[in-house]
Amino acid sequence: MLKITEGSYAVAEAVKLCRPQVIAAYPITPQTHIVEALAEMVANCEIDGEYITVESEFSALSACLGASAAGSRAYSATTSQGLALMFEVCFNMAGLRLPMVMTIANRALGAPLSIWNDHQDTISLRDSGWFQLYAEDNQEATDLHFIAYKVSEDHNVLLPGMVCFDGFILSHTYEPVDMPVQEEVDGYLPPFTPYHRLDAGDPISMGMYATPEYYMEFRYQIQQAMEQAGKTLVAAGKEFSEHFGRDYGSLVEGYRLDGADTALIAMGSVCGTIKDAVDEMRDAGRKVGLLKLRAFRPFPEREIVAALNNVNTVAVLDKNISLGNSGAAGTEVKAALAGSGITVLDYVIGLGGRDVRKRDIARVVDLAEKGEGDMFYGLRTEVL
Amino acid sequence: MRELRIHGRGGQGSVTAAELIAVAAFESGVYSQAFPAFGVERRGAPVQAFVRFSDGRVRLRSQIYEPDYVIVQDSSLIRNGGVFDGMKEGGIAIINTEKPPSDIEAPAGVKVITIDATSLALEVLGVPITNTTLMGAFAAATGEIRMDALEKALRERFRADLADKNVTAARRAFEMVGGAA
Repeated sequence: MLKITEGSYAVAEAVKLCRPQVIAAYPITPQTHIVEALAEMVANCEIDGEYITVESEFSALSACLGASAAGSRAYSATTSQGLALMFEVCFNMAGLRLPMVMTIANRALGAPLSIWNDHQDTISLRDSGWFQLYAEDNQEATDLHFIAYKVSEDHNVLLPGMVCFDGFILSHTYEPVDMPVQEEVDGYLPPFTPYHRLDAGDPISMGMYATPEYYMEFRYQIQQAMEQAGKTLVAAGKEFSEHFGRDYGSLVEGYRLDGADTALIAMGSVCGTIKDAVDEMRDAGRKVGLLKLRAFRPFPEREIVAALNNVNTVAVLDKNISLGNSGAAGTEVKAALAGSGITVLDYVIGLGGRDVRKRDIARVVDLAEKGEGDMFYGLRTEVL
Repeated sequence: MRELRIHGRGGQGSVTAAELIAVAAFESGVYSQAFPAFGVERRGAPVQAFVRFSDGRVRLRSQIYEPDYVIVQDSSLIRNGGVFDGMKEGGIAIINTEKPPSDIEAPAGVKVITIDATSLALEVLGVPITNTTLMGAFAAATGEIRMDALEKALRERFRADLADKNVTAARRAFEMVGGAA
């Protein structure tokens, strides 16, 4: 049923429908309303699970690691510095092949202190072994949780996943969301069946030493699982569309790419603004389209190559900067399209909550068509 | 698509106003979107909140620079607050002040509606929190939200006794601005 709600509450509702068994969170800044709402749902017995209030994000994710190892469906949410504090545990969960889903309300990392949106927090964990999905709106943020649990717990995958949605721009926005009911979600997402779990009656060890003779093979298998996650995401996305009528059967989404000479590439909520800007530019006769990256890990290289077959120029918008190189998506899209003859230019944009308007999108297209790029877009002139 | 920008000061409930107007608009049958311009919130500091109204899903995520409507909760913001910045020709400004519209220096082509929301809120609610009063005025002045949808949104948000008072404040403002039930 379509109802209007805040993004954070929509995500909390979606998580509830996934029947989490253990939720652990650090309930103070930088936190969102998500875990506040979930705490209330557990207290009201709307969720049949444990809610563990911990003393830091490191502990939050550690509690989820233990819960998942014991065979429970685990959940947490965080953002920004909180995710940074989880860094070590993120790598451990992926290495231990423990499923869970965590929501990240994307925000900038300090210093300087910023509470506002960009993608630096999750991009900085792109190498951790978690798959990463980015939502354009609160409907997609809601739906991706059901898909993420299904993929994470698939025995051919067994990797944790992040559902990323833009802090404030989505997390604090009220808009209509079509929220499924419990029976519909139960029909799509089965209960968690652990591949193996900690059980005192049937003891196993997890997290053993891997000497140089074995460590690389573990890493190879995690890489293989990530590649499998891409295929499972597509299958789970298609199955989702059969159940709910909204299509997530691709790791990317093309918008008005037919006949486009210039393609924009972006992730997250800015894709909505870009779609409106593309419509205006198309009305003015400009051949422009958008390729939205829904998944950043695994990186949808094949899909990008296939979707951009006929364009001349690609402008990648990155709400992050790999300091010392360039935006993360820009770097990877350039590698994907190397040798294709397509000009790929990168634009670092919207860091620390800098607003991105339709006119900014049009200006980026102007720059790209002149061959000017690989830059921070829209800087104050006093630093130039 | 029509756009509303709300200007207020921290503590006046501008963000709540945006949310409840969006809820009432959705109940009135349109797609709506509400979001705040987050600053480092502190009581008294200028704040803005935004609402979009559309016949289809709203995809645009930028802040609102060329509003069709503005609500000004604190008239002291008129001097330096940029409350009329970018307003569209034919736009409507709803301002909380005891002054008549003719005393407000607004750009040409902007229709100014003034209402002494502070006095009304003090009388009905006992506190100078003007957001619900101005929502009633907004409903009457623009027709973007129905009064019954606003009442429903207020009753869902506030506990019963507070809801009654806020509905009364909104209704009184709605009638003062000349809204037809």
